[in-house]
Amino acid sequence: MRSDRSTTAPLGLKIAAIGGLAFLHIPILLIFLYAFTTEEKSYQFPPPGLTLQWFAVTWNRPDVWAALTLSVKVATIATAIALVLGTLCAAAVSQTRFFGRETISLLVILPIALPGIITGIALRSAFSMADIPFSFWTIVLGHATFCIVVVYNNAVARFRRVSGSLIEASMDLGADGFQTFRHIILPNIGTALLAGGMLAFALSFDEVIVTTFTGGQQSTLPIWMLEELIRPRQRPVTNVVAMVVMLVTFLPILAAYYLTRDGDQIAGAGK
Amino acid sequence: MSALATPAAIMPNRPGLTGRISDFLWKHPHVLLVILLGPPVLWLGIIYLGSLFALLLQSFFSIDDFSGLISYEFTLSTYKQLLSDANFDIIVRTITMAAVVTIFSALIAFPIAYYAARYAKGKWKAVFYLGIMLPLWSSYLVKIYAWKLILAKEGILTWAFTKLHLLWLLDGWLSLPIIGGNSLSVSYTGTFLVFVYVWMPFMILPIQAALERVPGNLIEASSDLGGTPQQTFRHVLFPLALPGIVAGSIFTFSLTLGDYIIPQIVGSSRLFIGQAVYAQQGTAGNIPLAAAFTVVPIVIMGLYLWMAKRMGAFDAL
Repeated sequence: MRSDRSTTAPLGLKIAAIGGLAFLHIPILLIFLYAFTTEEKSYQFPPPGLTLQWFAVTWNRPDVWAALTLSVKVATIATAIALVLGTLCAAAVSQTRFFGRETISLLVILPIALPGIITGIALRSAFSMADIPFSFWTIVLGHATFCIVVVYNNAVARFRRVSGSLIEASMDLGADGFQTFRHIILPNIGTALLAGGMLAFALSFDEVIVTTFTGGQQSTLPIWMLEELIRPRQRPVTNVVAMVVMLVTFLPILAAYYLTRDGDQIAGAGK
Repeated sequence: MSALATPAAIMPNRPGLTGRISDFLWKHPHVLLVILLGPPVLWLGIIYLGSLFALLLQSFFSIDDFSGLISYEFTLSTYKQLLSDANFDIIVRTITMAAVVTIFSALIAFPIAYYAARYAKGKWKAVFYLGIMLPLWSSYLVKIYAWKLILAKEGILTWAFTKLHLLWLLDGWLSLPIIGGNSLSVSYTGTFLVFVYVWMPFMILPIQAALERVPGNLIEASSDLGGTPQQTFRHVLFPLALPGIVAGSIFTFSLTLGDYIIPQIVGSSRLFIGQAVYAQQGTAGNIPLAAAFTVVPIVIMGLYLWMAKRMGAFDAL
């Protein structure tokens, strides 16, 4: 390192870094390639031919549509709950000092820090003890619980940058608490909430472990996918769905990135 | 607003119901705090902690061998069952896998994090950031599916080895005991690769955060004082990056400990903790044993977090 001027990386490091990134991305690119393959029975590489016909087949599959609709509904409601609860929690933790603040942060992070199977089985046994039948709402309940942390992380990071004197100034100028929230706080934290909401949506849309425990007979898109992985029925349809799921989760991530780009936080830290 | 008209320095009370409410809250911040914290704490406290507590409680019950029903009497017999040879093997296997996955994740993640933190500038910084975030956030199942495509016997990996005339190497590897198998997709090697792939991005971000805080002139000072790159790495860079590595290892270790889908789809028939929990609560219907199994990752992660906190890993998050 003595010889270089610290502006260019040593060759070995460059190769290792680019190799590492390639390791992360090549499998994803393969998903896009396999969606067009003509091979039906195996995962043959290179694909014997390319076709668009499986997109049409997938489009006409009612089970795929049902799973997709359920996933979108669950993710929307879970995100809405997480937005409210996560923002409230973030406001309390960042705007005030009180005994047990650390405990609150830990409580919020716990559902995501413990393995998903623990959250899942804990909820499942609690539901069965309380005689709550598995339904759409039990899935939402589970998803909202671990989505809170994503909204919370984004909101807390932004609240730290909103200076308290802005809020005091607004109140001094005669605005009441609700007007201050509407005109001062909300515009300041809006993009952070949007980003947090997008990531929460992506997280819920993709969740499978907790859902296997809290869902009844209905299957969300990841559950549908999991069944196909264990017992493949029509591989080309799975290929297409995999590609679509990839695209659907990419968009919120990109949007969240552009919304928080000038912020100082890493939007996904501590997923 | 009324300061000019009236000499009083204190503003008059705000009119209307919303005005009165906000005045009240401004004067009683504790009430505001309770209103803010109430809903999330109730939600997490009742739904989440309540469920968790109920689950842990069940591990102290046992299942009646004859009727198959749960007997609600305090007993440690389920824990005795947990430590029987077959179940203990599962625990050891899972912890070994988690440790190996963590080490390899750190090895692959470090160069990426170091390059991103120190050398990537401007546009490349964004490329690296998105290059890490997209795989991190993209669908877990689709990532596993991608590896099923890669590891399949007719898949890209076999094709690449054939083209490179290295097929003997792959076959030799698969014929090894324990880590080998009939094909990559039913071997521990396959399970390991997928684990590393899926959890490694969680390692990059904390290491990058830790390395970004290392001033560049520290590295230069080390080499000015005659340190070789190896010495600089060992005595300056690595110790400063260690909290980040530990923080990242919390994720890779914990996530590997609890996963049951990856070993089910890519791997041999020998179980991991997550699969054991799933089988016990599902087909076997032995909720107490399933609960006892979940205590293992909770205890391990508790110890791990305690150690990580002492090493200052949380500052790197």
